[in-house]
Amino acid sequence: MSTATSLAEGRPRALPAILGKAIRLLATIAVTIFGLLVVTFLIGRVVPVDPVLAVVGDRASQSTYDKAFVELGLDRPLYVQFGLYVEKAVTGDFGESLLTKKPIIEDIARAFPATLELATVAILIGTLFGIPVGVWAAVRQGKLVDQVVRIIGLMGYSAPIFWLGLLGLLLFYAKWGIVAGPGRIDISYEYAFTPTTGLFLIDTAMQGQWAAFRNVVSHIALPAALLGYFSMAYIARMTRSFMLNELAQEYVVTARVKGVAEWRIIWVHALRNAAVPLVTVITLSYASLLEGSVLTETVFAWPGLGQYLTNSLQNADMNAVLGGTLLIGIIFVGLNLLSDFLYTVLDPRVRRRS
Amino acid sequence: MSTPVPRQSLGEWLISEQPASRNQARLGQIWRTWVLFSGNRLGMIGLGIVVLLVLVAIFANVIAPYDPLLGGDLRTERLLPPSWDHLMGTDDLARDIFSRVVHGARLTLLVVALVAIIATPIGLLVGTVSGYFGGWVDTLLMRITDIFLAFPRLILALAFVAALGPGIENAIIAIAITSWPPYARLARAETLTIRNAEHIDAIRLQGASAPRIIWGHVVPLCLSSVIIRVTLDMAGIILTAAGLGFLGLGAQPPQPEWGAMIAGGRRFIIDYWWVATMPGIAIFAVSLGFNLLGDGLRDVLDPKAEK
Repeated sequence: MSTATSLAEGRPRALPAILGKAIRLLATIAVTIFGLLVVTFLIGRVVPVDPVLAVVGDRASQSTYDKAFVELGLDRPLYVQFGLYVEKAVTGDFGESLLTKKPIIEDIARAFPATLELATVAILIGTLFGIPVGVWAAVRQGKLVDQVVRIIGLMGYSAPIFWLGLLGLLLFYAKWGIVAGPGRIDISYEYAFTPTTGLFLIDTAMQGQWAAFRNVVSHIALPAALLGYFSMAYIARMTRSFMLNELAQEYVVTARVKGVAEWRIIWVHALRNAAVPLVTVITLSYASLLEGSVLTETVFAWPGLGQYLTNSLQNADMNAVLGGTLLIGIIFVGLNLLSDFLYTVLDPRVRRRS
Repeated sequence: MSTPVPRQSLGEWLISEQPASRNQARLGQIWRTWVLFSGNRLGMIGLGIVVLLVLVAIFANVIAPYDPLLGGDLRTERLLPPSWDHLMGTDDLARDIFSRVVHGARLTLLVVALVAIIATPIGLLVGTVSGYFGGWVDTLLMRITDIFLAFPRLILALAFVAALGPGIENAIIAIAITSWPPYARLARAETLTIRNAEHIDAIRLQGASAPRIIWGHVVPLCLSSVIIRVTLDMAGIILTAAGLGFLGLGAQPPQPEWGAMIAGGRRFIIDYWWVATMPGIAIFAVSLGFNLLGDGLRDVLDPKAEK
């Protein structure tokens, strides 16, 4: 195609470019997920826990043991075992949990909404506070506000989240009684509504159970604020650096010369340009909340994925551990690639180049 | 080391424009970095905290007033609040918390040092080999790196510890396994620019083998940026180790590991707040120190990086 036509058809051509990018991304996802499967499979093979004993119990006779050994496919070569593992994983079969005696996938499906709800509220807090704070610090670079924001950020990077969680419970729950204690909801409200989505905030609000809703809010406030603080530290820092970059551009000078109001230059002109890389940052920090949730959920007895994982670990329930690890890995990969993709779609410069 | 020329002070010798020996040039470079770094107040505070950690770890036996593992009288000395006798109070086994925190510095330092010693060479090796050879070697190694990067760090460490069994040695191995990928990425990026430099061409034309070029001429040039990155990561390593300890997967009781101590004090946090709070302050202070030190080093050694 000649340059002239491609220029004339600039917009229609952008779509195939995105498609090509999407296909390449899908290939990357496939390779990475295959890698995740290899890693979890290998971890599962080196465990000192005997998988047969875990199924039949240590009082089983030799013949029962041998039968289970064959049933689990442990007599076959390693690559055949890996093939079976992949085949099962693709259909969502990660085996049965020793602890709950239910398929791992069911357990995870039940725990996941709790983690999702917590992470979503946390990222909302982190974004709503992080962006204005970061913009403010950039505008007043080097001033007191900037220093305070930097110190708040450093504290977020340095404090162990489980320790802050314990202190939070001590002060806000035990001493001052401002928020509810560990758990997602008080037992008395647990049957006041039917968990259709599994996201209690939405379920209670939709069914008009406002007392239960307030209870849920009171339970989620502290852990979400805590996780939100950690993502706020990151988002504010990145917003500050993107905004500093934008405010040094020539279009800002032009706008000032034209007499555009300063608030408009900052919040409309500059922030809009900083928004593209910010989307990436927010997606990535959403993904990292999944990680932060392991410790937070343990402290707050939050019945999510993180707590499921640590409970299974402490009971040597390897199927559950590996299933959970694999799933979190896949979500992590998905969000990472999503942020890559959003960047390409949102930034016209990147879009045109590809 | 060559002796300074007479009538020249040490400072002049260090910043001499015409160093007479390789050692003088090296020491001069270190001195210049130090002068720049010492102007960074927060960085100096960070360095102070880290030096203090090292000193406390070395002299733990002298500093700690009580035995870190053996408690006092279980009837009268359990869960005492902080006082002059017990600066941080005592725990449920009547052990002096201050002494345990002091001895815990050794474990923390051990974890940080061993993880750095294990993960840095792996990252450097993978990154430089990948960047130097390019082609399918690069594709393969970087795919593997990406797979490790695809797991959230704590989750992967959890899975490894589950496989290897709990304990501080396995926690160190697990954290090291999850730490090297960013270093490999960084070393690769550096190698890609170094590989086409003229002095590398010159060495290659002299017939140097690939391992010799990588080890002798590429790795030294990658080292400074990787070391900054490792320093910046140390706070994260400490927090991960403490997290594993808190979950009961790192150091096992009665070892005075800070994360495990917080887990131990968790049960009585409402009535006896100091048991869980004190070790947390230690973790916080030390990782803050490493963060400040890393930021300061980056500002001095890597001016390109975002401030």
